[in-house]
Amino acid sequence: MNPASPAAAMTNWQAFLFTFFDAKTMATYAPKIAQGFLLTVELAILIVISGLALGLFLAVVRSFRIRPLNWLIVFAVDLFRALPPLVIIVFFYFGLPVVGLGFEGFTTTWLALTLVLAAFAEEIFWAGILAVPKGQWEAARSTGLGFLGTLGWVVLPQAIRMTIPPLTNRTIAITKGTALGSVVAVAEILSTAQSAMAESANPSPLTLGAIAYIILFVPVVIAGRWIETRFAWKR
Amino acid sequence: METLLDLRDAFFNLDIILRASPILISGFWMTLKLILTVVPLGLLGGLIVALLYTVPSRAVRWPLIVYVDLFRAFPPLVLLVFIYAGLPFAGYEISAFAAVSLGFFLNTSSYYGEILRAGIESIPRGQVEAARSTGLSKWQAMTWVVLPQAVRNVLPDLISNTLEVAKLTSLASVVALPELLFQARQAQSLTFNATPIMAAAIVYFVLLWPLVRLLSRLEHRMIASH
Amino acid sequence: MTQGPVLLSVRGLRKSFGATEVLRGIDLDVHERELVFIIGPSGSGKSTLLRCCNRLEEPSSGSIIVDGTDLMARGTDINLLRRRIGMVFQNFNLYPHMTALGNVMLALRRVLKKPRAEAEEIARAALARVGLADKAANYPTELSGGQQQRVAIARAVALDPKIMLFDEPTSALDPELVGSVLATMRELRESGMTMMVVSHEMGFARAAADRVLFMDQGEIIEQGPPTQIFEDPREARTRAFVQQINRH
Repeated sequence: MNPASPAAAMTNWQAFLFTFFDAKTMATYAPKIAQGFLLTVELAILIVISGLALGLFLAVVRSFRIRPLNWLIVFAVDLFRALPPLVIIVFFYFGLPVVGLGFEGFTTTWLALTLVLAAFAEEIFWAGILAVPKGQWEAARSTGLGFLGTLGWVVLPQAIRMTIPPLTNRTIAITKGTALGSVVAVAEILSTAQSAMAESANPSPLTLGAIAYIILFVPVVIAGRWIETRFAWKR
Repeated sequence: METLLDLRDAFFNLDIILRASPILISGFWMTLKLILTVVPLGLLGGLIVALLYTVPSRAVRWPLIVYVDLFRAFPPLVLLVFIYAGLPFAGYEISAFAAVSLGFFLNTSSYYGEILRAGIESIPRGQVEAARSTGLSKWQAMTWVVLPQAVRNVLPDLISNTLEVAKLTSLASVVALPELLFQARQAQSLTFNATPIMAAAIVYFVLLWPLVRLLSRLEHRMIASH
Repeated sequence: MTQGPVLLSVRGLRKSFGATEVLRGIDLDVHERELVFIIGPSGSGKSTLLRCCNRLEEPSSGSIIVDGTDLMARGTDINLLRRRIGMVFQNFNLYPHMTALGNVMLALRRVLKKPRAEAEEIARAALARVGLADKAANYPTELSGGQQQRVAIARAVALDPKIMLFDEPTSALDPELVGSVLATMRELRESGMTMMVVSHEMGFARAAADRVLFMDQGEIIEQGPPTQIFEDPREARTRAFVQQINRH
């Protein structure tokens, strides 16, 4: 038995703790990261609301089946599903000012992720609308409900219920994209953590940022898991 | 007319496209290389996660659930920055390519793992029982009977995730890996012209659009069959 | 039997799906309080005829007049007219996200714009009429097929229709559940409802129909009282069909 080795391991462990979990650095930067946390939450909530609303609106417009309009919707949806969100953000932030259309980072991130979420949501809502059996339309129409009445009272409630599991997962995935805001100077969690790390020359703020993301998203992912089983459609 | 020409000069500038094309092309190859590294690795990792999950032991399952939920919860960019900027503090120097591969592996294997697990669970027990009754071993039943059906059941999700992984590679630009987006931004900042970014966007779109179309068809079929 | 005034009048009705003509010139009058029963082989156009009568299917040509209103006229508010034409479907088509009561109340509230309390009162009365007063709070998945179909009948009856169309109302039901639906239809008929029924329930036709129509290949081949059609058909095609049905 070499008495030196446990002691050496102890020092390594302490060094690791000091590097990644330095209490003093963490305490210094905790308030800033908390602010970043709130900004992330704010950004995420705005994206979820506007993205889902726009997606639903587009799906409803598409159900009128006006040919040229639908081509346009399908193209826009495909575009925002195919492009990496960071490319869209970079394009809005660095590309548009060239023609005098500049947004600040927060607006850019919100707009880009809203469009991405709306594209995915439109596709999911539309699939849900199509999946409601034709008989439901016929039954409602036979009682005198009009097109919009049928859509609103009979078809959409069923379509939305069917689409809750895929929609939840997609929404979670896209709200995680708020971290991309760090690239365009949005002071959200990652960005605050990174600048704090640079300032203190210690990665503990990054650890703190990671913990903030765990606090924010682990419950959301678990809730998503639960929703997936809860809303499995039974007929 | 004037504004149209302005727009053309700002976003579709032929002169700039010609000048930037060598670095854009090298960026494109790097993006492809990333996709072709991360997708197979992630699939392999996901398969291992899904197979381990079939072991009926809590001691195996709980760590897997923690692994999957943790790395699905982390924004991939956070993971990437943590690995790339954090690890050197612990004394591990790591190349940008290795950092990206590792970060995306953790993220992607969790997603693929969760998808494949759901696929395996969607296969009725009777399939295994039938296979075992004909003398196949546990692993043979898994390989030849369960997995092929499982993959078919979750094919849209697998393709969807692959599309996401392909788009994810653009994050590598943040850690200065010279892939397509990074190169486009370099060119853009040198010329103060949006054409390189536009060109990169078009390349991404042309590369990934077929996948989006295919996916949209498969998804409609999936939801309709529920 | 004394006949009331004509309630539904169909003239020269044609309907094509692409190149195939499913209805080839149908003329038909349905009188008030009459029960017209339509039989015929599958693909004969009987369901399409029914579905044209409330324009769920758009006729290619011809005229349909319901209770004095031209169904095909430009100025006709089809949604207003449809609530006077009740329809019952083969697959019930109940709204799965609403209770039995909610199913019946929806059109009362949203088409007739009745206040909630009044709509609920009417809906409960309709459910009571089909014997399901105690199932008002149940969702469709919690009901048997026969009960679901009776809720569907209540949904149509609640709007106080002038005429009701039944499109194979018992075809999707297990045999032991058919009786309850037919009993409800019987009760409706006895209360004086005008009805058009497409069905294979020949026993019901014998007992309750005023007139039986035999359709084949988009045309009305023969019509008359049930005893005549079932026991002494004039046309060879009718005879062949009736014999085939009786053998089963």
